[in-house]
Formats: sequence, structure tokens, C-alpha cells
Amino acid sequence: MRILGLDIGSRSVDAVWLEDGRMVKHAVADSGFDPAAVAATFVDLRHHDVLVSTGYGRHTARARFGGRAITEITAYALGASTLFPEAASVLDIGGQDTKVISLGPAGKVADFEMNDKCAAGTGRFLEVMARALGFTLEEMAAEAMNAENGVRVSSMCTVFAESEVISLVHRGEERARIARGLHDSITTRTLSTLRRVGVRGPLVFAGGVARNQAIVKSIGSGFAGDVLVPQEAQIVGAYGAALDALRAG
Amino acid sequence: MSDATTPVDYRPMWEDLNLDLEMHDALLTAIPQLYKSVFARQQNRPEGMQYFDFVMREIHGLRVKELDDFRKAGNKVVGVFCLYVPEEIVRAHGAWCVGLCAGAEFGYDEAERVMPRNTCPLIKSFMGFKLARVCPYVEESDLVIGETTCDGKKKAYELLAEVQDVWVMELPQMKREKDKRFWRDEVRELVSRVQDLTGNTMTVESLSTAVKEVNDKRRALQRIAEARKADPVPISGRDALLAVQVAFYDDVGRFTEMVNKIADELEERVAAGEGVAPRGAKRILVTGTPMAVPNWKVHDIVEKAGGVVVQEELCTGSRYFDTLVPESNGSLDAMIDAVADKYLGINCACFTPNQGRCDDVIRMAKDWNANGIIDYSLQFCDPYQMESTLVERAAQDAGIPHLKIETDYSMEDVGQLSTRVEAFLEML
Repeated sequence: MRILGLDIGSRSVDAVWLEDGRMVKHAVADSGFDPAAVAATFVDLRHHDVLVSTGYGRHTARARFGGRAITEITAYALGASTLFPEAASVLDIGGQDTKVISLGPAGKVADFEMNDKCAAGTGRFLEVMARALGFTLEEMAAEAMNAENGVRVSSMCTVFAESEVISLVHRGEERARIARGLHDSITTRTLSTLRRVGVRGPLVFAGGVARNQAIVKSIGSGFAGDVLVPQEAQIVGAYGAALDALRAG
Repeated sequence: MSDATTPVDYRPMWEDLNLDLEMHDALLTAIPQLYKSVFARQQNRPEGMQYFDFVMREIHGLRVKELDDFRKAGNKVVGVFCLYVPEEIVRAHGAWCVGLCAGAEFGYDEAERVMPRNTCPLIKSFMGFKLARVCPYVEESDLVIGETTCDGKKKAYELLAEVQDVWVMELPQMKREKDKRFWRDEVRELVSRVQDLTGNTMTVESLSTAVKEVNDKRRALQRIAEARKADPVPISGRDALLAVQVAFYDDVGRFTEMVNKIADELEERVAAGEGVAPRGAKRILVTGTPMAVPNWKVHDIVEKAGGVVVQEELCTGSRYFDTLVPESNGSLDAMIDAVADKYLGINCACFTPNQGRCDDVIRMAKDWNANGIIDYSLQFCDPYQMESTLVERAAQDAGIPHLKIETDYSMEDVGQLSTRVEAFLEML
């Protein structure tokens, strides 16, 4: 059976193809302004017999392309626990959501927490801050890691933090130190969520923000257990969606 | 019921009530759209629910006209916001009780001129409806009876009193013997206040009749609740919630009759094993802060995601109907005490301690075979949000999965909420 798992997120559309339960191909594309059209480019390849969608666009995808839809929480739990059978929990920081999942047996969700409407500390937050500092995302992460210390950025709200960054720039603060401060504040917030939910390690850190080496490093040193980062951190949801087709039989 | 096909022009009546017609039109355009999106296209909906379609269509029409006529005949109408105001006492004086509008993001600009932005949506909404002149029920109220169930409402009543006759009952915040005595006194003061308002004197007969009528309304709602124990569930959570919401302002006798008809239908369905969702659909108990019309947000999300809400431990739910006033006819004094004691028995988070509520939640989750509990709180509601930690612990101890939701009347968080609720249902 050939399965396509689609994760239609706020910032990227990710696809994973399975054949006989093994991943044979994957792809990541920018969501753009019409994520369903982007998803259609993967569906139209017709390299699948079964489709499972997840992410923000899951219901649109199900209506347009058929198949089933599951939430990204269930999908990340399944994807992460298949990649790392020893995992006890998952942290997913995506384009506009942060999710913390405690895993039960067989990749099932035992408990989870997700931010409400605010996109504080997510991929979108980093994008806005990078633009305010005139960096690409990669440059901002590299600069942050090189800075000896950070300027404290107190606001976690994307809108307020952007004005805070602009006023720091105008005050003549070094961009690298501001970048470091921004990364530190995301880390602090994330670690406090992990503590509040009370998750145990090993923790799988996935989602687009897990590609940011500065954040991976600081969460790795701040979290009490092991932190495991998949090679392709962005496709864990799509992988999990595809695996769900096997579970559903 | 009037003939629904004859359009009646209620505008002169609304004009007489000094409503802001333009804004009121906007409201009357928004509510049917929302109603349709939540209630239409339900599979196998009980036929009796057509009555509620009618009530919602006439929400600011026929019912307001009835109140208008009632008052023009020399009677009084009393507006209330809360369960703790004893409807029996009001009715025993020949007056009617109506619930006031507080469930939509309306008139917020007006409300924010007198109260902080970060205020409970329920409070901001009732103040907004009043100040923006869009709630016909408050305009038909000769008196608003408030209560001290939270700091926000308590202070808001002072502001409301600037533009409306308001009487505030002081609800004790503990349930000791001396609190019981205190509350009985408060209820007696209410008796004098309503007597002054109506010019009528309450008698053993009038109070017995009122107790019986309001109990009958509760008994009818209890029948619906009982039918929801079945799997498949014979009525959606949305429809059952709507019934309790409407109970606050509909004519008591007519409402009771219609709800009993629905209950007959539901009991037949249960006997035949028919339902509105497939057998085995995930069953949810909702607990938390009140949901006033047209706040159907959580039920809509749960049920469109394939779950069913099987019971509400809410003021717009079991707290409204699950206990009755004893119908023994003693002296008037003994009857007033019995009314007071029934109301003090309600478990609101404004009480400390409030273990009874956690016990109710767990008992109900078991009795209605809930797979999970959703603890719902309006933003900035300190009593319920603080208590949600205790509810969560009780759920954990009972081994029942629990999801906490904090939200308001806006639709901006519906995407995230849907993801959380769907993930919760997938987890069960």
C-alpha cells in the first residue's frame, strides 16, 4: 500500500510517502497564500493509494482530496515515537503553535498542551524578529550562538517584541546580542511549559523551529532529560499522518 | 404560538423600548446566521426542536411582545443574570422573571468606557447590551435583581444602577449554619422588595403554585438530561444546551409543555435505540462557567469534530434544574426557608470551599458515561479558573481525561480550539 501523509501547516506544507510502511520520499514546500494549491501539487503526483492529512489545512484537504484527517498532535506523537521508540514526550514548535505531548504506549497521546490563539515564541515569531533585525533565519540563529551574551527581551508577544527589538536597535544594541536575547526568551518560555506539563525525557524536539541550532542547543542544555532531534524535523507530522493509515488498517 | 408565516412588524415596539434600531438590526442579522451554522444540518434532530427554532426566530419578537403585553396589563417583569435569584418568589407575586442578554460580543465599546478591557465577557456583554440599547429584555425589566456571586458582577451592578433599577442580593460565600440564616434573611428582603414592586402580597397558595410551576420546568429538563445517558445519545449537546438557555426567558408553562414533548420523543428514541450520533461516539461532560445565548462555541466544536456533549455541569445546565424546592405546604415562613435552602445548595465556584462541585462533576461523568471532561472557563473568571485545578485533580483521581479551555465570545481562537478538542477526542 502506498500512503501519502500531508501536513498542511501555517508556514509549510510537508509530504511523506510510505510504501510497505517505509518512507520512500518526502518534500517540503512553502504554504504561500494558498496552502491547498500547494498540497494539490503533491496529491496530483498520484504516488499514493491512501491519503491522511494533518495540520491547519487538514479539513480543507480532506474536503478537497478525500482521505482522512487527524490532528497534528496525534500525528506528531505517532511520527516521533516511531522515529525514536525510546521517546517519552514530544515538543513541536511550528509556524504558529507550540505543542507539548506526553506519550503513552504505542505512540498514543497520554496528555498534551497547546498554546491558545497567541503565536508567541513560534516560528512566526522568529521570522518577524529576523526581519526586524535584517537577518535571514539562519543568520539570526548563527549570530545568536556566536554572541557572548544576550540583551534581555522581556515581551513574548510577537507584536510587542518587535517594537521592543526596534527600540533596542535604535538604542544602538548589537544585533547579535538582541538575536541571542530573543532565542533565550523562547527557550525560557518553552522550558517553563515543559516543566508545567511535567514531561519526562527522552524528549523529541520537532517542527520547523527544531531546525534552529541555537534553540536546539539551549533547550538541550536546559531540559532535564535527553533531547532528540530528528534529521528532518519538519516532516514528523506528515510522517505520523502517513503512519496513522497503517494503524487504522 | 402565533402563525409563523405572518410577518409581524416589531419595530414600533422596539422603538418604544428605545432600542438603537440600527445596532439591533445588526444583532438580529448576526444571530440567525450563527444559529443556522450551529444548529442546521444536524442529522436526525428531534422533531420537537422545531419549537426552539421558532423561539430563536422570535427571540426579540414574540416573546418580547408577550412581556410588553404583560406589563401593559399592569404586571411587572424582573430581569436576572444568575441562578441564585429565586424565580418562585418573583412569580408568587404575580411577576415574571427573564434572563438578560449576556452571551455575545456586542456593545463592547460602550462597556469599555465604564469598565476595564480585561473583564469577564459575560459582564462586559450585559453592560454592553444595556449601554448600546440592544437588549429588549433589560428594557422590559421593571427591576434587575443582581447578586454578589463575583467581584466583577458586584461592581458592575453599581454601574448598571446608574441607568436601571437594580436590587442586589448578598449571596454568602460559605455554607455554614450562619450563612444559611443570613441567606434566608436575604430572601425575605427580596420578598419585601418584590412586594413593593408589584403591590401584591405573596400567600401560601401563590408560593405553592410558583414552586410547583418552576419545579415542573426543572422536572421536564431533568427528563432530557436522563435521556442523554443513553448510547447512542438521542439529542445533541447543542440542542440540550439551547433548551436550558431558553428556560431563562421563555414562558414557564409553555416551555415546560414543549420540553416534556421533546422528552417523550427522546424516551421513545432511547427505547428504539435511535440517536443523533453513532453508538460509541466519544461522550463529553462540559463543566465550568455559564454559556448564555448565543454562546454555543464549545458544543459546536466538540460535536462537529464527531464527539457528543452528554451533560453540562453549568449554570446553563444541571445547576439550573437538578434540585427541586420541596413541595410540602407548611407555613409561609417554612416555605420561604425551603426556597432559600434549595438555592444555597447550588454549587458555584464563588463558594469556599466548594468540594460539592468537584463531587458533582465526577458523579455526573460516571452516571452519563463520559469518556472525557472539558472544563470551560470564560476569560478573567477567577473563581472558576482557580477551581479548575481542583476539578483537574478530581478528574485525574477518578481516571477521567480532562481538557481545560479558556476562551471568550470572539471567534479568533476557533482554529486552535478545534485542534485541541479534536486531539482530545482522538486521545480518548
